[in-house]
Amino acid sequence: MITLSILKHIGSYTSLMLRVFTKPDRWRMFFRQLPKEMEKLGLDSLGIVIIISTFIGAIMTIQTKLNTSDPLLPKYSTGLVTRDTLLLEFSSTIMCLILAGKVGSNVASEIGSMRISEQIDALEVMGINSANYLILPKIIAFVLMIPCLVIISMAVGLFGGYLVGVFSDIVSQNDYLFGIQYMFQPFYIFYSIVKSLVFAFIIASVASYYGFYSYGGALDVGKASTNAVVNSSILILLSNIVITNFMLN
Amino acid sequence: MIEIQNVYKSFDGKNVLKNISAIFESGKTNLIIGQSGSGKTVLMKSIIGLHRIDSGKILYDGRNIPDMQFMKIKKLRQEVGMLFQGSALFDSQTVAQNVMFPLEMFSNMTQIDMENRMKFCLGRVNLDESTYNLFPSEISGGMQKRAAIARAIALNPRYLFCDEPNSGLDPLTSLVIDRLIKEITEEYDITTIVNTHDMNSVMEIGENIIFIKSGEKAWEGNRHQIFDSNNDSLNDFVFASDLYKKVKATNNIQESKQ
Ligand SMILES: Nc1ncnc2c1ncn2[C@@H]1O[C@H](COP(=O)(O)OP(=O)(O)OP(=O)(O)O)[C@@H](O)[C@H]1O
Ligand SMILES: [Mg+2]
Repeated sequence: MITLSILKHIGSYTSLMLRVFTKPDRWRMFFRQLPKEMEKLGLDSLGIVIIISTFIGAIMTIQTKLNTSDPLLPKYSTGLVTRDTLLLEFSSTIMCLILAGKVGSNVASEIGSMRISEQIDALEVMGINSANYLILPKIIAFVLMIPCLVIISMAVGLFGGYLVGVFSDIVSQNDYLFGIQYMFQPFYIFYSIVKSLVFAFIIASVASYYGFYSYGGALDVGKASTNAVVNSSILILLSNIVITNFMLN
Repeated sequence: MIEIQNVYKSFDGKNVLKNISAIFESGKTNLIIGQSGSGKTVLMKSIIGLHRIDSGKILYDGRNIPDMQFMKIKKLRQEVGMLFQGSALFDSQTVAQNVMFPLEMFSNMTQIDMENRMKFCLGRVNLDESTYNLFPSEISGGMQKRAAIARAIALNPRYLFCDEPNSGLDPLTSLVIDRLIKEITEEYDITTIVNTHDMNSVMEIGENIIFIKSGEKAWEGNRHQIFDSNNDSLNDFVFASDLYKKVKATNNIQESKQ
């Protein structure tokens, strides 16, 4: 029963994506939507990315230090652990899980309310491929913006850790700065960005899917956006395992 | 002219439209009437092709929609304007942008021509310049309906569909909108189909009426014939309000005097 409904979802998701990835009716309209979506989905998420990353960077530094009190560990280990956690998992996976909540619910409720107020039907009646017109700019915009958000999250997270050194004597600034540069592997950043591109695609497309096929009233739009957030989070976690196996093994 | 033949439509085994045939002529306002839930909206959306019908034919001047390929339907849609039950204006766009939208999407007009066309259409539905830069949420329901009509006629449609153009409006505004639809239809020789359950509209613009009862066509005629029908379900619908019982009584008196 559950398998059947999953298969059904996969089927209609795929056919929706086939409609999304076609040539826009008018490129001019596509390029008018794109910057608007980049602002709404990317730029408007900058605040939450900065705040959360700073605090998590700081907390991670404190926790790492307090939980590794073994004097045999080198002093730079705190900075190193903080850096690798940020680069490998936090700024891509965890950040995208948070953005799945913000961006996913935004996209699903916007498209969902257009569905129930017949605005999508209105597009169709005009002869417009509504899936392409509404969804393609969102997916492209978010996929374009996510690497910036990830890099900013990394930088701000590391800065958050540094602030711990400035405002307390839990770690020394010099040890921290040495730690975050020690044995730095640029590949980690590449790995994080590749992951985040996949996650961004998942968030924007899954949320669009739930919004596009919502029906009923305002309550159903709420349900659609909850479904969008829950299911895109699950898919992010699953694909994280797959990509990590693929790239780090 | 739109002709539908033996149209059936069901949702998950529930038959909503059963064997409906009708002819909708151009230059006339064709009405589909019936109680709430009788299948008016489904019929209209089936005619436009938003719902895929189970069987039957839908002919737009001879072109059968169910036989057409997606690209052909897309082309045909550019000849179609529709006013939705809830206006369906794009709420992220201003009134002016809403009306410009189909032009930007499909016409090759210059910016100035598009703006002129937008002003003409909004003028045609009596919306003045003060509304141009307002968002749909900032104007009243009647103004939204009028803006939606302006958007529907922007590309000079050959076929105009109106789903309950005056639900939720006061009688006076309803009248204005009904008359507007009738005028536009006659002026441009459009094939217009209007869904309604409002008897005032029926009396005002009902030149060709089909009455739907639980998904079946139960009666067909015009506004003059509607009082003299001996179809029970139609009479239940028409004479639900006492007013029309009185109208009928007066009609009968006048006829017997003549
Ligand atoms: N997408 C759908 N899926 C399943 N059933 C539907 C769908 N759309 C409409 N129906 C059913 O079809 C029937 C007719 O609905 P329709 O919306 O056509 O009524 P209506 O005549 O337009 O009513 P109203 O005057 O209230 O707008 C209803 O019983 C409704 O439940
Ligand atoms: Mg209806």
